[in-house]
This record gives sequence, C-alpha cells and structure tokens, in this order.
Amino acid sequence: MRLPSSVLEERTEARPNQRQEAAAGVRSARPRRRAAQGWYRGFLGIVVLGGIWELAPRLGIVDSYFIPPLHIVLQALGEMVADGELWRHAQASLVRAGAGFAGATIVAIPLGAAIAWYRPVREFLTPVLEVFRNTAALALLPVFTLLLGIGETSKIAIILYACFFPILLSTIAGVATVDPQLLRSARVLGLSPATTFRKVVFPAAVPTIFTGIRISGAASILVLIAAEMVGAEAGLGFLINYANLNFLIPKMYAAILTTSALGLAVNYGLVSLERRFSRWRT
Amino acid sequence: MSARITLTGVRQTFLVKGNDDRRLREFVALDGLDLVVEPGEFVTVVGPSGCGKSTILDLVAGLSRPKGGRVEVDGKQIEGPGLDRSVVFQQYTLLPWRTAQGNVEFALEAHGGFSKAERADRAREYLELVGLTEFANRLPHELSGGMKQRVAIARSLCYGPEVLLMDEPFGALDAQTRERLQEELLDIWRRTGTTIVFITHDIDEAVFLGQRVAVMSTRPGRIVETIRVDLDRAQAGDKDLRATAEFATFRHRIWSLLRQQSTPRHLEEVREVA
Repeated sequence: MRLPSSVLEERTEARPNQRQEAAAGVRSARPRRRAAQGWYRGFLGIVVLGGIWELAPRLGIVDSYFIPPLHIVLQALGEMVADGELWRHAQASLVRAGAGFAGATIVAIPLGAAIAWYRPVREFLTPVLEVFRNTAALALLPVFTLLLGIGETSKIAIILYACFFPILLSTIAGVATVDPQLLRSARVLGLSPATTFRKVVFPAAVPTIFTGIRISGAASILVLIAAEMVGAEAGLGFLINYANLNFLIPKMYAAILTTSALGLAVNYGLVSLERRFSRWRT
Repeated sequence: MSARITLTGVRQTFLVKGNDDRRLREFVALDGLDLVVEPGEFVTVVGPSGCGKSTILDLVAGLSRPKGGRVEVDGKQIEGPGLDRSVVFQQYTLLPWRTAQGNVEFALEAHGGFSKAERADRAREYLELVGLTEFANRLPHELSGGMKQRVAIARSLCYGPEVLLMDEPFGALDAQTRERLQEELLDIWRRTGTTIVFITHDIDEAVFLGQRVAVMSTRPGRIVETIRVDLDRAQAGDKDLRATAEFATFRHRIWSLLRQQSTPRHLEEVREVA
C-alpha cells in the first residue's frame, strides 16, 4: 500500500466514519510503517546537521578555531561528563530552573483561576498584571539582585517571574473559555460553585493550562542561562561564559549542546505530559 | 415519580442591544404564556424558530426567573435548578474528558448519596436502558451524535427526576437516528413514567412524541393552542405511524396553526426592522 506523502493526501484519506466504526465496533487505524519511517527521516536530518558541523571546519569553510569540528566538541563533552564537571553544573542549573518553575506553577494556577472566576479580582488585578507582564524578566534581573543578593534566591526568583506569566495567562484563558453549555448542565445538576469548579471548570481548563506550562518550561531554561551568565559560580550559563572567556571553545560548545539537550528534554517531557492530559480533545 | 408543571401568565424579557443602533432595549421573549403539564404526561412544544421555546425550558429548569407570572412544579414556585427536574440540551453537554460511564456517574456524584459501587452499577443500568452497554468506556469524541445524546438521556434519567425537559435534543441528528431515538424515548417514557416536556421545531416530531402538542406563536411567545394527539403508538416500532392518515391530519392541523399566526406577525417584524 502506498503511503500518502503530502498534507493534501494525508488529510483527505478515506477512512470509516464514526457511524460505520460504531456499527462494526472498530476504530480506524493507520499503517504502522509510517511512524518508523518518520523517525528514520528525522534521524537522517540530525545526521546531516552533524555532518555539516564536522565537515565545514575541516574543509576550511568556517574557522575551525571558532567552530571546532563536531568530534572535538563531543570529545570535550565526554571529558566533562567523565570528570563530573558537567553534572555539577547541570545539577546547579536544574535545581534553579526546577525551583523557579515549580514555584511559578504553584502560584500562577490558583491566582489565574481566581482572576478568571471572580470578576472583582479580575478587574482589580488586570492592569497591574499587564504592567508586569510587559516588563521583560531580564530587565528586572538587577532589581532581583539588589533585593535578594547574588545568591540562589535571586536566580530562582527571576526564573519564577519568567515562568509565572505564561501559566497565569493560560490558566485565565482556560477557565474563562469553558463551554457555557457545560456550566449550564452543571447548574441543572445542582452542583455547588466549588464542585462545579473542581469537576467541570478545572478539568476543562487543564489542556489550556498545559500550553502555558510548556511555554514556561522553555522560558525557564532561557532565563536560567542568562541569569547564570551574569553572576554565578556554577551552572550551565556560567560554564558557557567561563569557557568563552578562557578560550576553551570546544568546552563552550559542549555546554551549549548540553543546554539544548536540557531544553529538548524539558519540552519533550512537558509535551508528552500535555498530551496525556489532553487525550480527550479530538 | 412525576410532577405537574404549571406556567401561568408567564412573561420573560431580556435586555438587548440592536445590531445597527447599539441602543439598549427590552426584548420580550414570552408574554402571557399559559401551559399545564399533567403528571406523567408527554407534552411537546412546537413553534417557529426564535419564538421562545428554549426560554420556557430555562424557566422550568430554574436557570432563569420569569419577569412576570408564575412557574410552578407541584404547586411550588420554582426557585432555581433542582434534581426533581433534569434537562437534555440540544448541544451535547457531556464532559469530554469522561467516558460515557463517567458522564452518567457524574450526575450521580452531583446527586449525592450513592457509594462508588452504586454509582457504577446504576450508570451501567441506565446505559443499558439507552442501549450503550458496549460503549461505556468510550470518550464522547469517540461516539456519534446519536450516541452522545443517548448518554445525555441516560445521565438525565439516572437519578430518577420527576420531570425530564428536552430542548430539541435530536435536532442535530440525521433522520434515521432521530426516528429511532424518538421511538426509544417513547419506550423509556412508558417504562419510567417521567413527565416529559419536549421542545422542537419539527412538526412530525411533535406529533409523533406528544400526547399533547402545545403550539406557540412567534415573538412574543405564548401558547396559541394545545392539541391532544390520540394516536395508537403501541406498535410504533413495527408500524410506520408517520404514514397513517390520522398522523397526517394532526400534522396538517398544527402546520396550519403555525402558518396562520406566523405570517402576518412575521411581515410586521420585517417592517419594523426596515
């Protein structure tokens, strides 16, 4: 069987409709090969990228001092993994990002729910939040440092700040856009407002909230690296900056690769979590 | 388990804004509406679109309060939603993250007083009543429109309400599914004895289902006439009731009533807008 290759073919593919599925007691499926083939092509893309990185410096297309060939970078990465240096920095970074991210989630979800649910709260807080939302997190880095010192607290605080708004806004959106028909049927069933929130509004908002959480995941890594570059004794941002200043270029790239891997892992983890909670959406 | 519903001189208005001039004005949805539904009766309300059919249902459900007149269940003024009345809406109002079974259980959780096992048993029992036993573990997006509405009916009946209010529940379904669900609904009604108020704009549906058909006027809505439909529905499943001469007579009477009172008013409305 030929597999469709373009969106046009893919989306217009013939499949049984719901009534047919119901009548036969089956669900439509797709050929298995497609997933494997997708993986294979994706892997090929990565290999090509690696190949370019390896060959461009060797062939003298770019200066091999500023962009060393991939195998030298990987060698540096291997050494750092072996002597535990990389893990020390990654751990420092993970703790900061995790603490800020978790703090933001814990504060933003209830606050967002309250803003969306209670009109007075919304009217009171919206202008204030607009002001803060439009202030770039990194612009406030000196303020956080002044107030909280140069230790862990200020770094965690700025990550928390950066993660806070995507989660807050998505929670507000999720709660505010719950299908009014669901609310009507909850009222007809005589559910109390608290129960309605717990059993109807919040579950309905979860997928939207997760979109914000995913954006925050990316933001946490971004702000983390920036904050560590400014003032820290450990962490991946510090490592990048330190390696750069000491002309340890392969080490710098190894640290950058590690932040990419970290970002990928965070995003991938959150996407799969999001999918798990949104399975009921068509 | 059934109750008597009385609507006396009901008036309902809403605040609206014109599409063109954005002036606030009063929109009279219902005015001087009288309707009595006897315990255990199946009454259909038929009327042109926008005449305020759903407004009646909201009032009886307790989702809104009338601006005038009285809406009563068993002689008691309706103060708000209650578990003695349940509603099936036209749009599928199932919780999309819960399975068919979970959606029926949801109503039992709202009702309270059932253990987890009792809820599960009762939900299964009512899914069986609507013929969905095999689909108990499906999520709503894996069900067809007719199946979703069956789940909604099971959910509405599972806690034993005295009145079942239905707001064009089969409006979005295809013709065959609709007819089958109509027959099933009659069957369920006979078995449970619940009072049913069924809103529709489909004359055939109104005649087929209702012991009485209340015909509404265009805005402001009121009941023009209530027609008793004496059809032998006992073998509705085997015999094509809709093809009989009696059915056609009732159908035509209601059709004429709707035609008579809607035309002049409709023109008037057009003039008003122009």
